[in-house]
Amino acid sequence: MSKNGQALRVVIVDDEAPARSRIRDLLEDCAASFALEVVGEAANGRALIELLQRVPADVVLLDIRMPEMDGIEAAQHIQKLPDPPSVIFTTAYDVYALKAFELHAVDYLLKPIRLRRLHEALARVRSITPLSLDVLQQIAPDARRHLSVQERGRVLLVPVDKILFMRAELKYVTIRTAEREHLLEESLSRLEQEFREKFVRIHRSCLVAREHIESFERCGDDSGESGWVVKLRGLEDRLQVSRRQQHVMKEFGRL
Amino acid sequence: MLAAEPKGATGGVSCTSRGWHILCSATASGARYGPKNPFRQAFGAVKSINQNVHRDALPDFRNLGVILRIVLIVLALSAFVALCQSDSWRGALPRFLELSAPVQPAVLLSILVLAALSPILRRLDYRMGILAVLLVELIIVTAVQRTGGQFFFGGDSYGQLERFWLFTVATTGFILYYFYLRNRALSPALTEARLQALQARIRPHFLFNSINAVLSLIRDEPKRAETALEDMADLFRVLMADNRDLSTLVREVELTRRYLDLEQLRLGERLKVEWHTENMPGESLIPPLVLQPLVENAVYHGIEPSAEPGVININVYKVRDEVHLVLRNPYRKEGNHHAGNKMALSNIRERLSLHFDAEASLKSSITDDAYQVHIVIPYRKEVR
Repeated sequence: MSKNGQALRVVIVDDEAPARSRIRDLLEDCAASFALEVVGEAANGRALIELLQRVPADVVLLDIRMPEMDGIEAAQHIQKLPDPPSVIFTTAYDVYALKAFELHAVDYLLKPIRLRRLHEALARVRSITPLSLDVLQQIAPDARRHLSVQERGRVLLVPVDKILFMRAELKYVTIRTAEREHLLEESLSRLEQEFREKFVRIHRSCLVAREHIESFERCGDDSGESGWVVKLRGLEDRLQVSRRQQHVMKEFGRL
Repeated sequence: MLAAEPKGATGGVSCTSRGWHILCSATASGARYGPKNPFRQAFGAVKSINQNVHRDALPDFRNLGVILRIVLIVLALSAFVALCQSDSWRGALPRFLELSAPVQPAVLLSILVLAALSPILRRLDYRMGILAVLLVELIIVTAVQRTGGQFFFGGDSYGQLERFWLFTVATTGFILYYFYLRNRALSPALTEARLQALQARIRPHFLFNSINAVLSLIRDEPKRAETALEDMADLFRVLMADNRDLSTLVREVELTRRYLDLEQLRLGERLKVEWHTENMPGESLIPPLVLQPLVENAVYHGIEPSAEPGVININVYKVRDEVHLVLRNPYRKEGNHHAGNKMALSNIRERLSLHFDAEASLKSSITDDAYQVHIVIPYRKEVR
């Protein structure tokens, strides 16, 4: 965050060009009495994350309903940045989100935005407490479309559709795509809850993507007992299905 | 006098119950719009007008649903009479066939003649209409009795003409009374259709985003801002009108174009629209707000969720006596608002069937990566 006295660096995020230009106009009006500078614009959440890796900012005016990645998901990924900017959500109409914002005292502006309200929100920015990830996860109505991984001070977005399986390790969760592995600091049970529709638990410590399941195979394990393993598309290794979770195979027409 | 009294009383009761009905739905929808909705009052005002515009009328003898009902009622009556006249189930069948010999030609002939006379009957007052229909039926039955009897039996083996007349008047009266009651039962539903049209109203999401887009234009492109505001005025004029009556295809398409112009303003390159209205019968009647809400759904579910440009394809054409409206948009799996879409579809389907009975249909399908809605309505030019 910039020090007091320096110009406030603002990023505008909205999928509609006229909406961005409207906010730009208003910010210009604000600039007369308020030191600020528009450092960038983005048309969706993904573009915003990429932008913020290059251009540091103090505050993001973030639309909620956007293609590719919506505002609430983007706000969650932003928190993993080394020096996350403050977020002020903007929305024209979203009953669900507004209720959640009121409940958790999250800052938001209603579009069309009034100059005075924008001015007040920006003046408050330096003093507001940053959004907590917990609150954002509670507010989010849908599962995320990406998981964000911190790597060497950068935030990497991994599309959930590309993930083959997630496995709980000691402190982390390993997520595996066809290309490589990533380490994630989240709990597996929480991930299971969020991605119930796309992933199924085959083992106490492992979730696999339903869409990538190729087959279930029977095999003998070391102790001589036979068990089942799952073969995933695009992956050589087989993953063990625990005895307890064998019922999930019924869904896929086995057993 | 005695006969007239209960009738008047019945009318009064049904009036009140209809009043209640309207009152209830007004409160219910008021609650749905929420206390802060600025349009609630305007809608409320619309509702309170025209509560009793209901008018008794003859059924539309050219409507497939009406024809089917007439045939079924007569068949059922014949079967019932046959059962009464025979002492076993088995004996009922030959009796039924025997009855059908004069009854079926009379029914088929009646349907043809009444369909042909339909425009004339429509112009008559309800009572005169009933008399006319009875007269037509008596003539038909007399003709059938005479010619049929001579043709098959060379005499009046069908029985006395006076008995035929009695049965005819009874059956015709029964059928007309059935349609009278049905009309009464459906008329609150027609009022309801207007309310449903209100519910099919434009999403607030669209309203506020559009206002925001217009605001962004005012400084740099005031001309475009003016046009956009005019478009909005046109849209809301229709949305707030009494939408019980039928509109024309030309008007509905024009409204949809105004709506799409506004969406274009917000979405720019992302929204592409292909119109095919070369073979559109513009004067054909259609309930208002059928196409526009569908296109709004197409934008909301098919265009907005993607950053890539998408095409909405609208095709309106006439085949024989049917008007087809086909709407296609990209299908996005990610959209999880299908509940809202289904509600809009069932709302439109209901209104179509209220206006056109069995002659209208609405089908939706998902093919590959496209979502398609196909509406068929009968081609009609005059208001009924």
